[in-house]
Amino acid sequence: MRNYLDMKGCDIAWCPGCGNFGILKIVKEALYDLKIKPENLVLVSGIGQAAKTPHYLKTNLFNGLHGRALSPATGIKAVNPKLTVMVTSGDGDIYGEGGNHFIHTIRRNPNIVNLVHDNMIYGLTKGQASPTTLVGMKTPVQVSGVSEEPFNPLAVAIALDCSFVARINSGDIKQSKEILKKAIKHKGYALIDIFQPCPVFNKLNTFDWFKKNSYYLKNHDVTNKEKAFRKALETGKYPLGIFYINKKKKTFEENMGCKSEFYKKKLNVNKLKKVINSIV
Amino acid sequence: MRRKFLDDVSIVLAGAAGQGIQTIQHLLTHILKSEGYHVFAMKDVMSRVRGGVNSTEIRICSKRVSAYVDRMDLFLPLSPEAMKRYGHRITNDTLVIDEKKIPMSKIAKEFGSDIYKNIVAVGFILGMFKVEKNVIERFVKEYFKDKPKFIKNNLLAVGKGYHIGKLYSSKITIKIKKDKKIAKELYMDGSEAVALGAIAGGCNFVSSYPMSPSTGVLVNMAKHSKNFDVLVEQVEDEIAAVNMSLGAWYAGARGLVTTSGGGFDLMTEGLSLSGMIETPLVVHIAQRSGPATGLPTRTEQSDLDLALYAGHGEYPRIVLAPGDAEEAFYLTQRAMNLADKYQLPVLILTDQFLVDSFYNLPSLNPTKIKNKQYFVRTDKNYKRYKFTSSGISPRGLPGFGKGLVCVDSDEHYEDGHITEDHSIRNKMVEKRLRKLEPIKNEISPEFFGNSKYKTLVVSWGSTKGVVKEALEKLNKKGMSYLHFKQVWPLPNNTLNYLKKAKKIIVVENNATGQFAKLLRREFGIDSEGVLKYSGLPFSVEELVKKLK
Repeated sequence: MRNYLDMKGCDIAWCPGCGNFGILKIVKEALYDLKIKPENLVLVSGIGQAAKTPHYLKTNLFNGLHGRALSPATGIKAVNPKLTVMVTSGDGDIYGEGGNHFIHTIRRNPNIVNLVHDNMIYGLTKGQASPTTLVGMKTPVQVSGVSEEPFNPLAVAIALDCSFVARINSGDIKQSKEILKKAIKHKGYALIDIFQPCPVFNKLNTFDWFKKNSYYLKNHDVTNKEKAFRKALETGKYPLGIFYINKKKKTFEENMGCKSEFYKKKLNVNKLKKVINSIV
Repeated sequence: MRRKFLDDVSIVLAGAAGQGIQTIQHLLTHILKSEGYHVFAMKDVMSRVRGGVNSTEIRICSKRVSAYVDRMDLFLPLSPEAMKRYGHRITNDTLVIDEKKIPMSKIAKEFGSDIYKNIVAVGFILGMFKVEKNVIERFVKEYFKDKPKFIKNNLLAVGKGYHIGKLYSSKITIKIKKDKKIAKELYMDGSEAVALGAIAGGCNFVSSYPMSPSTGVLVNMAKHSKNFDVLVEQVEDEIAAVNMSLGAWYAGARGLVTTSGGGFDLMTEGLSLSGMIETPLVVHIAQRSGPATGLPTRTEQSDLDLALYAGHGEYPRIVLAPGDAEEAFYLTQRAMNLADKYQLPVLILTDQFLVDSFYNLPSLNPTKIKNKQYFVRTDKNYKRYKFTSSGISPRGLPGFGKGLVCVDSDEHYEDGHITEDHSIRNKMVEKRLRKLEPIKNEISPEFFGNSKYKTLVVSWGSTKGVVKEALEKLNKKGMSYLHFKQVWPLPNNTLNYLKKAKKIIVVENNATGQFAKLLRREFGIDSEGVLKYSGLPFSVEELVKKLK
């Protein structure tokens, strides 16, 4: 299928078999299905292999600092609410370096989608543990094996009453794409944690492992926060799908009264003169 | 002996936090300004919410001043601790207004609470100045309008103080020249001047984290936010503040971040990002005594080096340093436009002394400087980092035009996508650095004094008022003064001024002479330093002594 978001001849820096290829496909197909034009789309990322995603499709992009993608994304959406704003970054970026922004962006609730490419390892820096690496995995830095319990992004998000929480598998384009479309259409901050294999540095959590150790939620009430939380705590076999949606939360832009593009704003100079002259 | 005040009275009020020093300052300065006096007020507060000793120094003058003096003409200690902390500044000429002169506590207790002591003192001082009683009452009513049940007692208390002050006024002479025009002048602190300057410069987005002494700017932006449609968000940390501001500028806002040295430390990676992606950024840094937590509520000019060198890699930046509230307004407005014009970070260096001090100013005109729109509508072939002779590539906004706006913290091609091509790298470095040269013609230093000088006193930022006043007092023919508002890049005509002097004295509120070192680095010129780093601003007296 030809997609107007395709970047012809771009040099992709990912390794063969990387889960990022699946994620790129999911992103492009979801955007295509929703007819979102590149000029009205901004992809924001930090640093890491996942953070290179915006370079591989036709879009406006803000590829900023490690861990900080959510902050500029929030600023961009507030300043021009007509744009579709998505953050595509990795587990180290969003859950490690940017953990504080992750927590507070959930609270702030900007109307953006946050895709977290979660391969449970650091790829770009060559194989150290990430916040989601499972206990026991040995790496060149964690030589005795990882001892910290993995970070549970979904449980944290649901505990903070995140307005949209889902998990998908990069290997399942069809179902993942539909979930992403719902996230894009959802009003508020949407977290999508993505199971993604790293064939070079994570020999445990492979394509097959993710397939074997996950299942899709069925007959799950997405409005029930407690049940969603319980599902988020499941680790033996990890649930996939939409865990939780809260449609009642106001977005950051609504709370801030952001309706149109800031670049159209004009300063009311006469009013400013009046205000200045009243400070006596 | 009968005391006479002909040009200048300095009043120092001191007491515990919570004793209403701010109320006294507000009422005295507003009322005396409305009488036609020049007023200047500066705070000296401890980093605590209750107790300790806070003070405010108010100068009532026939001329416009913006400096601190050691001299205390009237001293009003509201607590025994205040006497201990400021007692060393009492001289034979100081009129100490204590319980012996006026039984403030006793009077206050008549109204059921010690809290009225401060308002009795206000009445006393205004009685000495022979201000009309109805004027005082008007201001008191206005000040307490949101607390109507306290108005009656405050009016009675101020009246009692006033009565005693008026009787006392037979023992002193206050003949400071008044000018009716001053009553109509503006009166604000440095924080509000920075905030209004930002608004005048089109600022419509503020993301910041509170930190003394920069919080005043954040509070003032919030205060004016509804009037001027400014989004003000208190973010989770300084890192979020700077990155959110970059997102906002990228998408078409004009952003302001306000912080102090410690907060700015956290922003430095974001500063580097601004340099790389050529997205404008304006950060106001209200300096305080460092390092680390330092003296959180005290002043210093010790973050110049930080502002000059913060952030990894090489990229151009602008550093501005206003000398008083008026300059704070115009330079902040300029900062918004300069950031947009040159697509780089602009840092505004103020300090606790400047932002917390109150000044009367003739006027502030938001149309004196023209705000310009620099962003462009993009077409299909738009390239964010197009090579140009000026180094400035037209800045598009996402969603404004048919083009794509790609910005990347990696080295990039003209279209914004990642590259590791060394020839492109060279061209991009050179393109970014080319932007610096024309900025040297933007804001010239201000010269005071005779153009034939042997000694040139040099300073930057908030020391302007004290240097000017000290030099006027000294009145030395061969000594002139050069005040820098743009401290980086150093303006083109700087060397002409420096070359003419036999001796250069650089006055700085820091311990290592940072600006002097910058002059040596850039021009190979040596200078003598007059430095102060106690946490307090220079006083006129000590500078007179040091420049003699």
